[in-house]
Amino acid sequence: MMWNRKHILDMESLSVEEISAILDTADGLKEISERSIKKVPTLRGKTVVLFFHEPSTRTRVSFDIAAKRLSADSISIAASSSSIVKGETLIDTARNLEAMKPDVIVIRHASAGAPFLLSRKVSTPIINAGDGMHAHPSQALLDMMTVREVKGRLAGLRLAIVGDISHSRVARDDILGFTKMGAEVRLAGPPTMMPAGIDALGASVTYDFDEAIDGADVVMMLRIQKERQRSFLFPTEREYSRRYGLNIERLKKAKPDVMIMHPGPLNRGVEISPDVADSMGSAILDQVTNGVALRMALLYLVAGGMRHADDH
Amino acid sequence: MRMIIKGGHVVDPGRLDTVCDIFIENGRISDIGAFDEDFLKSADRIIDAKNLYVAPGLIDMHVHLRDPGQEYKETIETGVRAAAAGGFTAVCCMPNTRPVNDNRQITEYIINTAKRLQSVKVYPVAAISRESKGQELAEFGDLFDAGAIAVSDDGQPVSDSQLMRRALEYAKGVGIRVISHCEETALSHGAMNEGLTATRLGLAGIPNAAESIMVMRDIALSELTGSSIHIAHVSTKESVRAIREAKKRGIPVTAETAPHYFTLTDEAVAAYNTNAKMNPPLRSEKDRQAVIEGLADGTIDAIVTDHAPHSVLEKDLEFDAAANGIIGLETSLPLGLRLVDQGLLSFEGLIRKMSKNPARILGLTNDIAIGADADLTLIDPSRIYTYHAATGCSKSKNTPFDGWELKGAAVYTIIFGRVVYEM
Repeated sequence: MMWNRKHILDMESLSVEEISAILDTADGLKEISERSIKKVPTLRGKTVVLFFHEPSTRTRVSFDIAAKRLSADSISIAASSSSIVKGETLIDTARNLEAMKPDVIVIRHASAGAPFLLSRKVSTPIINAGDGMHAHPSQALLDMMTVREVKGRLAGLRLAIVGDISHSRVARDDILGFTKMGAEVRLAGPPTMMPAGIDALGASVTYDFDEAIDGADVVMMLRIQKERQRSFLFPTEREYSRRYGLNIERLKKAKPDVMIMHPGPLNRGVEISPDVADSMGSAILDQVTNGVALRMALLYLVAGGMRHADDH
Repeated sequence: MRMIIKGGHVVDPGRLDTVCDIFIENGRISDIGAFDEDFLKSADRIIDAKNLYVAPGLIDMHVHLRDPGQEYKETIETGVRAAAAGGFTAVCCMPNTRPVNDNRQITEYIINTAKRLQSVKVYPVAAISRESKGQELAEFGDLFDAGAIAVSDDGQPVSDSQLMRRALEYAKGVGIRVISHCEETALSHGAMNEGLTATRLGLAGIPNAAESIMVMRDIALSELTGSSIHIAHVSTKESVRAIREAKKRGIPVTAETAPHYFTLTDEAVAAYNTNAKMNPPLRSEKDRQAVIEGLADGTIDAIVTDHAPHSVLEKDLEFDAAANGIIGLETSLPLGLRLVDQGLLSFEGLIRKMSKNPARILGLTNDIAIGADADLTLIDPSRIYTYHAATGCSKSKNTPFDGWELKGAAVYTIIFGRVVYEM
């Protein structure tokens, strides 16, 4: 297919065809990272700005490596080193970045909707690398890539997402993405962590982990943030772990070939026991590996790599 | 100056509902009836009010004029001009100016500035607590003597129930009205209404209970003290129900809502529209319906705008960083008339909500009667036009109704016999 979408903002806006095109492109690009010389000239002469307004290691490094493997020049800006700390607004900072003619701006921001706001104020393509509790499309897409790679398909699979759905942009985009591709998504967690109306996004909701995991092809565990204890979402890590932590015993209710996933960073011993995290079924590090290929695909499609390739 | 308003449909709820002429002399209504040709010749000006309603001047008992302190958003002058263009002959301005209107000097500044404009009457609402910090009472007595018409910490709640209790008791002695902004702040850490749209957009939600809990508290305190209380900007079905029951039990509570709460739902926030962000937030369709029912059955006494001007500096931002509030003076009447067009409220009922009831609550009189101030709003209910915030009178343009096709408008606003606005 011809790629026409300018911005990658969330899974809600991507069509089934676009999702398939991204996953196919990522599959094709994955091999580059296996080579001894991990670099192709595809985006040579293109500039990618990594504008990270919120702390991030994994996603920022993943985008950075993805850009470099495609020969794009990448520049990282952290909020603490940007003019934002001098009182400049997000829009002004972005317009100034735009004036330096980058080809893509990858943005991570604590405010939901910030990438959407930028997409309306600047003409540079925007890739959302996570905004507040809203969306994290590259994460959802790499999750889908990883599952498709192992299971050969997405349609008809049963996915359980367990944990703090309310504060998770990954959960929102995984629900939207996986259901769009025909998978069944079940959510489990305490009622304090279930946002209002979440079932309307296409997932079913239970407060019982065992019910969610029953017959699951994939179990996706979400990180529990300790500071949520102070907003009364759960009593203690001990109790959380007992009710909603994934351990070997609980895993037996899933399908024998169940995949275990986690967007990271892990709280070993809280939402996931160490033996499960390191087990054969764990795809947690495959997610990270695929993240590079998936982000290469996004940069390639959005920065016009396909058109560039066609020129030759 | 002798002026005649000729042939209009005069609607003064409970008093007049007839086509007739009004004679105005020296700022006051001096005759009402059917005047002959000779009499008409004696006027300096005749306004042909054929096919127009002539209503007692509209009163907006909840606006923010930002003056003193934030004149880049609005001044008393621009706010008054917007009010006149919206058909209002009087407004009550909330005390969250910079500094807060918790003292005689600011109250007098507002009154004197407005007087010099010889236009819309401006009644300042002073603060309940010093600097609206919720810690000690402001000097209600001095503020009342200076001309404050009510007290409120609007913009934030009086969280301390004991302070609210004492405010209600003390206000009774002074004879000043208390207006309450109801919000339980422990529940209201959010950017919009709690629900599917907030979940979809990844924004923290504010549940209905954040409002209704304090509405119920204030009803309990009104019952305890026997003091009357006015509930500001009602947005939820639970608040409407609580107020309805309180009124049934004879508790002296009154209430207001704003056009956005009976016109829009939280879906207007989709695409992170900061011009649909206000506090309390836009709610669900069920709440919108409940607010309309509350207006229709008399539970909600008044329609106010909560006119809250903000510049692009506060609105052209990430959604959770954007300021709460929208302007409303120039769209309130046509949005109210939509309810009339939809058969949900009679025209007379609308004039009660926008004029007579606010006057009653505030202790003002605005009858169309011989000897009364000639404060009148002439309304063309069938004029259709597109509203453009850019060409509006308010200094700020933050409204979700920009570009809407509206029906009905104030075509003349007359205050003390002077035409202060003419469409």
